[in-house]
Amino acid sequence: MKAELLARLQAARAAKRQVALLTRLSDGAQRLWPDEDAPAPLAEAARGALAADEAANLTLDGEAWFIHPHNPPLRLIVVGAAHITQALAPMTAPLGFALIVIDPRRAFATEERFPGVTLIDDWPDEAMARLAPDARSAVVTLTHDPKLDDPALDIALKSEAFYIGALGSRRTHAKRVARLAELGHGEAALARIHAPVGLDIEAVTAPEIALSIMAELVAARRGAALGAVRAPRVAA
Amino acid sequence: MNDNEDILATAGAWAAAGEQVAIATVVETWGSSPRPAGSQLAVTMSGRMAGSVSGGCIEGAVADAAKDAMRSGTPKLLDFGISDETAWQVGLSCGGKLTVFVEPLA
Repeated sequence: MKAELLARLQAARAAKRQVALLTRLSDGAQRLWPDEDAPAPLAEAARGALAADEAANLTLDGEAWFIHPHNPPLRLIVVGAAHITQALAPMTAPLGFALIVIDPRRAFATEERFPGVTLIDDWPDEAMARLAPDARSAVVTLTHDPKLDDPALDIALKSEAFYIGALGSRRTHAKRVARLAELGHGEAALARIHAPVGLDIEAVTAPEIALSIMAELVAARRGAALGAVRAPRVAA
Repeated sequence: MNDNEDILATAGAWAAAGEQVAIATVVETWGSSPRPAGSQLAVTMSGRMAGSVSGGCIEGAVADAAKDAMRSGTPKLLDFGISDETAWQVGLSCGGKLTVFVEPLA
């Protein structure tokens, strides 16, 4: 790889742009798509590799090409600068997530409690509207406070977020579902919420709960059965 | 597929510091290979390594090939697998097969 191409690739990644590195395996010739043009079949494969977030191989005119997609990190938007959020923070980057924490309670969302994390101290509805969760975003609410959690869930449910989770007991969640239903969300939409959030590993401490949440996020991202939304819960 | 440890940044930093660097990338896998296509290993002529292309089974052989690539300035495609009859006589205990592309950073 030419140093100049590596620099362009790293610049694209730093700018959080979706790019694919196309390598002709016979001689190592490379180009960065879409910054540089590519024949239609290669461009199509690059588009597909980025969408699937999976590397691909293509033979074009007898030449083997390797298509290496470089997507920006997945976004994990957490509402609530809670103790669990602090435990979660160091797990996110190694697992491929960029963490964004929303909490208007400024005593909680401090740089001291969350070194290096993107903190937003706006109200969740404003912050979420601006962040506009997409198919590469996960939204988790951890405040326990309907004033903060509900507006975030409302926007998350209208988005393509690949994962939505909410902290709270089954009872709490049943009440939450009733409130969100009043906002016009149907059964299918409400079933997208993972609640109680996280894989059921009998987690007790904040780091254990954080681990269960990250495990469920990985399962959802990788399409594991464990990451699928569980059967709707009936109020106790 | 993006490794989250930033192998490319490490490779770039090493090169900027004057090291000779090669990058190895898994380009295809068959069966139960431990790392998916796109996994990368950066290697310097001085012997530094970052990242991985397997569970550790073939890193040594890939590092040797990487040094050859740095010397020759030519990229190379390497095949690894249990039924491999080529010069790369490194078996994968997992029973998988994979192809690794090794290229000098120039």
